[in-house]
This record gives sequence, C-alpha cells and structure tokens, in this order.
Amino acid sequence: MIEISSVWRTVSITAVHRQTRTIKSFFLALSEPFLHVAGQFIDVRLTAPNGYQAVRSYSIASAPSINGILEIAIDKLESGEVSSFFHDVAQVGDLIEIRGPLGGHFTLEADVIGPVLLVGGGSGTVPLMAMVRQRVAVGRDQAIGLLVSARTWDDVVFRDELVSIEKTTSDFTLTLTLTRSTAGELEYFNRRIDAAMVKVALDRLKIFPEHVYVCGSNHFVNSAVEHLLESDVSSSSIRTERFGG
Amino acid sequence: MITRGFSGKSTDNNLINPIPPGQHVVEGFPVLTAGPTPRVETEDWKFTLKVGPKPLKVWSWQDFQALPQTKMTRDHCVTSWSKLGTAWEGVLIDDILADAGIAPPSEFLLAHSFDGYSTNVPLADMVLGKAMVAMKFNGEPLPRDHGGPARLFVPHLYFWKSAKWVNGLQFTNRDEPGFWELRGYHIYGDPWKEQRYSHD
Repeated sequence: MIEISSVWRTVSITAVHRQTRTIKSFFLALSEPFLHVAGQFIDVRLTAPNGYQAVRSYSIASAPSINGILEIAIDKLESGEVSSFFHDVAQVGDLIEIRGPLGGHFTLEADVIGPVLLVGGGSGTVPLMAMVRQRVAVGRDQAIGLLVSARTWDDVVFRDELVSIEKTTSDFTLTLTLTRSTAGELEYFNRRIDAAMVKVALDRLKIFPEHVYVCGSNHFVNSAVEHLLESDVSSSSIRTERFGG
Repeated sequence: MITRGFSGKSTDNNLINPIPPGQHVVEGFPVLTAGPTPRVETEDWKFTLKVGPKPLKVWSWQDFQALPQTKMTRDHCVTSWSKLGTAWEGVLIDDILADAGIAPPSEFLLAHSFDGYSTNVPLADMVLGKAMVAMKFNGEPLPRDHGGPARLFVPHLYFWKSAKWVNGLQFTNRDEPGFWELRGYHIYGDPWKEQRYSHD
C-alpha cells in the first residue's frame, strides 16, 4: 500500500518556469524531503489575511527524488482563485503550505515492469510526466508510450523535454495530436483523439500495455477510454484521473 | 500562515449556506473515479442486498421504481469541492431495508458498484432518511458520468462515499474499508472535520 501524508508543511518557491501560454511550473523546496510515487499529487493551501483558506490539488510533475525539490505545473483557470494567485502573484521566495504526497491509485511505482501506455489531455499530461521521467531515470528497458492531445504545438506541456527524451530513449514513444493547429515540427495528428490514433500509439509501443493511465478533463478521459476499449485494452488495466465538471 | 498577496474570491466569504472548512463552491460536478466510466443499461440493472456473502434480495430497475421515491435537497462535498442546493430523487436506504423486511444484522455496510469499487458507510449514516439510492438529479435521470443510472447519495459525508453506479449494499461484521479507504482516504469522511485522508 502506498504511503500518504496529510500533514501541512511550509515550502518555498525556488523557481518558476513558463511551460505554455496557460501553464507554469513551480519548483518547491521541501525542508524535509519525501519520496513520492509517480502520479501522486499534493494539496496546496493558501490563507488570506481574514482567515479564508483555499485548498487545491496539483499533480507532481517531477520524478520521485530525495533531492527535496518538487515540481508542480499549474494551468491558469479563468476565475480560479488559486491558479490565478500562482500565475499572477507568486514569486520565487514565497512561502506556501502543502501536504502530501497524496493519492494511492493513479500511481506507477518505480519497480513496476512491463509496457505502459500513458494518455494525457492538456494539463492532464502533468502526472504522466512524472511517470515518464521516472522510467527514464530508472533506465531499464521498459517500453513506455505517451499519447498527448493539446490544442496547438505551443500548448504541449513539457514539449521540448518530451521530444528530446523520444530522440535519446529507444523505449519511449511520443504520439501527439493537435486539435486546433496545423503547425509543428513532428509528425502528428490534427484531430481529437480517436481509435485510429490509439492504435498508432499502441503499435509504437510494440508490446501490448499491461498498464494504461489516462488523465485529463472528464470529457477527454471518457473519450480516450472508449477508444482504448475499442482497441482491446481491458477495462481493468486502465486507471483514470479526471478534472473539471 | 497568511499567504503573501492572497485575498481569495470575495464571493466565497459571502455564502448564504455554510460550507465546511477547506471547501469551496463549484458549478459543475467534480469527478472522483478510478477507472473507465461503466455503461449500465436500466434493463440490465440489478441491486443486491447481502448479509456477508449471502444475497438476501435482488431488485430490478422496475422493482426499484415501485419503491417509495423521496426527494432530498442537500449540500454535499467531494474532496475539496462543494456543490450547494442540489436536488436528488431516489429510494431511501430505510425503504430498501423495509422492502427487504429485515432487521439490520450489523452496524456496518459496504456499498458496491458495477465497476467493482466499494466504499464503507456505517449503518447509522444510512438510515433515518440520511441516505438514498439516487436515480434523478434536478428532475432528470442521473447522467452516466455522475453515477447514473443510480448512485448512492450520502450528503453529510465526503462525496466519494456516495458510490457511483451502485449495485448493492452488503452488511459486514466490522467496518471494512472500501476501495478509496484502502488507498489513503478516511475511513469515515466527515467534511466538517476535514476527514479526507487516513490520518486526518
């Protein structure tokens, strides 16, 4: 069973990187490092001077590490009070409260072997990035495929790193679809996720996946899962994480 | 600890209805689902009441429509989300037990779902009008994404206790943790005490 921690702790923001038009990465320094499991998330708590508190959950993008630095990537939502704070107010040196790691289901343990397919829509790629980075860091011959759906080439979160990993790691394949654009540098699809695209991602993996992780909006996850099931992926091998209404 | 530069949304401080600490209001439904959304047709739908491994009574969708239908308007919560003033309609757990004609053989229930997931809820939190098997939301059939055709509805506990695609209740001898509870979620899940995780 995966360990979780629900104790609030104060961390400092050590770096902020813009990833896409709407997504920024925040690097958090932990005074006491913890080892999370790829796919887990943390809760972030902000407190106003009048005592009002807002708590949101954000997936961890960094691979498990004892270096004490955690990367979370936050999509700016319209009228999102917490994501707006991070995008418009938060600076290097600011202190925030977090608890975690949390989540005991949408997780890929480092010692899990066998082929894995990851399917991400938009910022749903964030927890999958931790899984990709973990497998690259572990460096064993384990096939891992990532199918990403994003609006445009510039909306692909962690794009340059993913392209670079695909070039240097034979076990990793990246399948990309851009739903609102025709510009880009790679071969990719220009439509919403469908069965043919899922089949390409499965074929590139070469071995049929034992574990499939799907993360994104509820609508995206439902659509992706439907096409995975059509492609003979068993329901019991699919884990999902959904956000939005 | 006050967060530098954070004031929060002013509307959140002026709610008509109280919401538990750490919660905030959302317009749509948030989703806590571990796997694929099951497709359950009402003609295939069954609801089984069990005592331990032993089935006591099985209802079809038609059987269930013939039971007394009750409306509940409550606030409810899921992890750190809340939704206020939603109207639910379905069959109270009291009416299910009455139709089965049994006296509860234990104090603990485990709710089961078509997709194989489960969650535990004490009997005391299910009876006396506190919980139902909901089949309608705001007068409409419950959408599949939100647990349709039927989900458990236990509005005073965190929303993962309101099992989607529910297909049965099982009396257990002790408080058996369900799917989410085995994965770090709180065994009881009282939003007013912020019982989200095992150690809260």
